Amino acid sequence: MSDGYTPEMLELIKRVEASRPQRLAQARAGNDFPAMSLEQRKEVLNQFHPDYTTEGRRVLGIGPNKEEVLPEELVDLLESRSIIESVNPDLSKPDMETDVLVIGGGGAGTAAALTAMQEGCKVIMATKLRQGDSNTVMAEGGIQAADQEPDSPYYHYLDVIGGGHFTNTHELVAAMANDAPMIMEWLESLGVMFDKHPDGRMKVRHGGGTCRKRMHSAGDMTGAEIMRVLRDETRNHNEQIKLLAFSPAIELLLDNEGKCAGVILHNMETRTYLVVKAKTVIIATGGTGRLHYRGFACTNHYGATGDGLVMAYRAGAKLCFMDSVQYHPTGTSYPEQNVGLLVTEKVRGLGAQLTNIEGNQFVFPLEPRDVESAAIIRECLGLEKGITTPTGRPGVWLDSPMIDLLHGEGTVKRELPAKHIQFKRFGIDIAKYPMLVYPTLHYQNGGIQIDEQSGTDIPNLFAAGETTGGVHGRNRLMGNSLLDILVFGRRAGKAAAKAVKAGIKQGTLSLDHLTQYGQTLSETGLDRGVKSPMILPNYAIDEVNRRRWDVKSPII
Amino acid sequence: MPNENKQINHVAMVGDRTIPPKDARFIEIYIMGQRYKVPETLTILKAMEYVGYQFKRSCGCRGGICGACGTFYRILGDHSIYTGLACQTVVEPGMILAQSPFFPPNRADHIGILDSKMPPDEHIATLYPEIFRCVGCGTCTRTCPMGIDVMNYIALFKRGDVLGGAKESFDCIMCGLCVVRCPANITQMKVGLAGRRIAAAQLIPRSEVTKKRAEQVRAGRYETMLAELGQMDREKLKEIYTSREREPNLSGPGEWMPKDQSHL
Repeated sequence: MSDGYTPEMLELIKRVEASRPQRLAQARAGNDFPAMSLEQRKEVLNQFHPDYTTEGRRVLGIGPNKEEVLPEELVDLLESRSIIESVNPDLSKPDMETDVLVIGGGGAGTAAALTAMQEGCKVIMATKLRQGDSNTVMAEGGIQAADQEPDSPYYHYLDVIGGGHFTNTHELVAAMANDAPMIMEWLESLGVMFDKHPDGRMKVRHGGGTCRKRMHSAGDMTGAEIMRVLRDETRNHNEQIKLLAFSPAIELLLDNEGKCAGVILHNMETRTYLVVKAKTVIIATGGTGRLHYRGFACTNHYGATGDGLVMAYRAGAKLCFMDSVQYHPTGTSYPEQNVGLLVTEKVRGLGAQLTNIEGNQFVFPLEPRDVESAAIIRECLGLEKGITTPTGRPGVWLDSPMIDLLHGEGTVKRELPAKHIQFKRFGIDIAKYPMLVYPTLHYQNGGIQIDEQSGTDIPNLFAAGETTGGVHGRNRLMGNSLLDILVFGRRAGKAAAKAVKAGIKQGTLSLDHLTQYGQTLSETGLDRGVKSPMILPNYAIDEVNRRRWDVKSPII
Repeated sequence: MPNENKQINHVAMVGDRTIPPKDARFIEIYIMGQRYKVPETLTILKAMEYVGYQFKRSCGCRGGICGACGTFYRILGDHSIYTGLACQTVVEPGMILAQSPFFPPNRADHIGILDSKMPPDEHIATLYPEIFRCVGCGTCTRTCPMGIDVMNYIALFKRGDVLGGAKESFDCIMCGLCVVRCPANITQMKVGLAGRRIAAAQLIPRSEVTKKRAEQVRAGRYETMLAELGQMDREKLKEIYTSREREPNLSGPGEWMPKDQSHL
């Protein structure tokens, strides 16, 4: 089946087919395309990895990370005024009060809410979409934990910090590696159906950059399984954990001593605000894929617009590693319906090679993610040997038919069932025809700076999950994000509960920090009329946007 | 470095926004009864965004796993009701579509579900007695966008095979399309979830190695080792990192042990 490709593309695919027998023979003989030396890696990263180039970046002019050079799309949001400023909300009579307010209903937020509840706190969980609408549900591959005999948190630590180019924050890595076995035990006790041997031992595999097998999985939907169980557990405690869905937080409230004291929520259905006074606040708003840095497609869920970063930053929290983003080398470039969707590393692990428009291989298929991505970008933008889709997107061929040829007929269908269906739906049989791929925004390595108890610079404000930075340094290994969100979600819930129990005295609620932030923007000439947080992305075409009244404020 | 191409590609890179090809054919579809022209080959989700919808509900992962975008549709001239996920279903000419932004599913109170002394099969029957009203019409199975034999897993739970029902329902993304269509008002997705949690907690053996390791961690076994790594200078750390032994890909569970066992 190939009618998903245009005749022009089929013509180009002939070149991939022409070079395939020779590439196959080499692969069978164990003659891989040579891997890059450390110098070559450095060169391609410096020239073509979006993190290393200056293009699409600018100096941030305000706040605790002032002077840092960051992606423009992020700087736009940070150098902007609050959408709530013009509303001037009445803070004198809060609509709700709680011990712990959790912003975000993904894996980190839900773990935090459950833990704070177990510690005896009243919890409100406010989420932008439904509880569980998050990158957590999209995590397919697995979760790392050093629970097998030849392994230990010591080796897990080494793998994490080596994978992050030794830039990671020590305390966070140690906390994550050490908590991991307890997280697995917790999930198991809640009824998460992990892949197991008959005696109950969990099945484990290697991931990129691991020295011991510690990747635990639940089919190819590990994150979705964990999320639906955690969500179900919170529903068991509706009285102690009050869920406010479709109610994103838009700003933090501070008291007159600068301590975090609550949030302003926005009911998206009624378009009204809600003032919530909280003794402690936990930000678990996830990543920023939907900012589409430099126009890259992304693998993230719809709500990944970095709202938590913006509100924390305006309140004075420091961010870290915000210049570091993980691009997954193989996002789908064609067909248009699948653009940005992840094509798992497993495809290359099974032997599929990358080729350019001439059908020639140009890179070792299993370089580290950042190097592989840079090599693909070089092939397309630097050497002009990429393929351009009918809609103008760049891409290179991922020669998936090699998999069946190497491992026998039916391997693609058996090992990659979801991908096979996803392409078949659009008339492309990936067992017979190559896929067109290009790097896609995958994960925000940086975020709000936290300590090992998930505390931020602001008293009574905690943060957990992809919205935080430090634990993965400049590069995250597969299987450590599901772990990260649960470890630090639990730690945030515990730390918040501890603070509540110790007794919290709050002063008058205030949004003065927004006024000051706005003033600084005006005085420094940075105010360009943008308002944030973004809340939802806007994918209308230009023609529709031209006819709109309120393009600049997407929701309010 | 020639970068003319770079500019063109950069302009074309607009994230998830749809770029219709120059020669794209347009088809007519009906969104909530209203007629629109959209480029063919788009998914329902992208077609709706193309004409200007900005989703609040009915949009989540955009990759077929979160279950937010369940959609019902008819095709002009065809009496049947079809279902699909908006992010995974391509628009067809004459498609009349409506989304299911919310549905009130029945969820039994599950508290204490995992510690209950009640046998698992009785437990499911007590929580969701309505499964015995299944009329066997098979609409749920035909409705499922994941291709799950929903009626079969309900039948397994009815028969008392909780582990079987748990496994059969595993791929459920909880979109709820089956629930909306069920004439017996069964909430299949919640039955499956309760069954899976009970099966995992009570019917499948717990992992002993995991429990043991968790106890070692709680006893503080690794704290000094980890603290030492924190004190180490970067060069020494790199040296340890590069010299670590790698477990062979094909070793069986618990078979291989490293030569250096001082940090286990």
